[in-house]
Amino acid sequence: MKRAIIWAPLLVFAIFVAMFAFGLNRSPEQVISSRLVGQKLPDFALPGALPGQPGLASADLAKGKPRLLNIFASWCVPCVAEAPQLMALKQAGVQIDAIAIRDRPEDVANFLKRWGNPYARIGGDKQSRVQIALGSSGVPESFIIDGRGVIRHQHIGDIRPEDVPAIIAALEAAR
Amino acid sequence: MKAAFFLLLALASPTLADMPKAALADTQLADPKLEAEASALMHRLRCLVCQGQSIADSDADMAGDMRALVREKIQAGETPDEVRAWLIQRYGNWVSFDPPLDRSTWPLWAAPALLLLAGIWLARGRFRRRR
Repeated sequence: MKRAIIWAPLLVFAIFVAMFAFGLNRSPEQVISSRLVGQKLPDFALPGALPGQPGLASADLAKGKPRLLNIFASWCVPCVAEAPQLMALKQAGVQIDAIAIRDRPEDVANFLKRWGNPYARIGGDKQSRVQIALGSSGVPESFIIDGRGVIRHQHIGDIRPEDVPAIIAALEAAR
Repeated sequence: MKAAFFLLLALASPTLADMPKAALADTQLADPKLEAEASALMHRLRCLVCQGQSIADSDADMAGDMRALVREKIQAGETPDEVRAWLIQRYGNWVSFDPPLDRSTWPLWAAPALLLLAGIWLARGRFRRRR
């Protein structure tokens, strides 16, 4: 018994080393998903992100058919990376609306001219107000909203080509 | 040399292409009591982009927008606890630096007490022998 207990401090030390090695190698960045998935979209009404264009209100997203709500910004680099996938989704008949975060009308217009415009409506959220109300923590993010205005799915980060089938499946499931 | 310095400074400035900040992002509320409440809350809320910092400490654009939101809500008469609950409802307990006592966090409170008890139990034999 005495003999064995002599090794206990070393064992405890080894456990600590293992814990530190594990903790230090783990990325501290956490993906924060919205707690509102499964709940009704919060009420909002945003002005158009482009001059003369209609804005986006929560009522526009509860019209009987599932829609994709894309949170993007012209200053966001991964948003450029997902642009072709959004265009492909539009080609596939998906209704996509967008919220432009902290953006200027002329920058949004340039962005869409350069990378294509897959959006039916774009609301401008200059102070991230609606983004925070949605529980979204960055750009780009996409929410799938069913026909009754309930958030059914959240995709965090850019939509890659390999994500497209899952997005379409989630939209089908939200029907 | 001087020109190069200013060029570098201009290049290093992250605000060149940015939007103007939200009105209340870096402006205190007129009422010092409300500002103190808002400020205390902002120190307890985690920035979503630069995750180790509070929104009061962070320079990120989104942290600025969150500060403006907190100040506006406090100014509109909401209590700090209501604002905090509103954010937790959206982002989970993670957004707060003040975790509640629940099923996953109770060891944080219980561990020191349990370790102390274990220590007393271990030391007990020693004291007895000395007597």
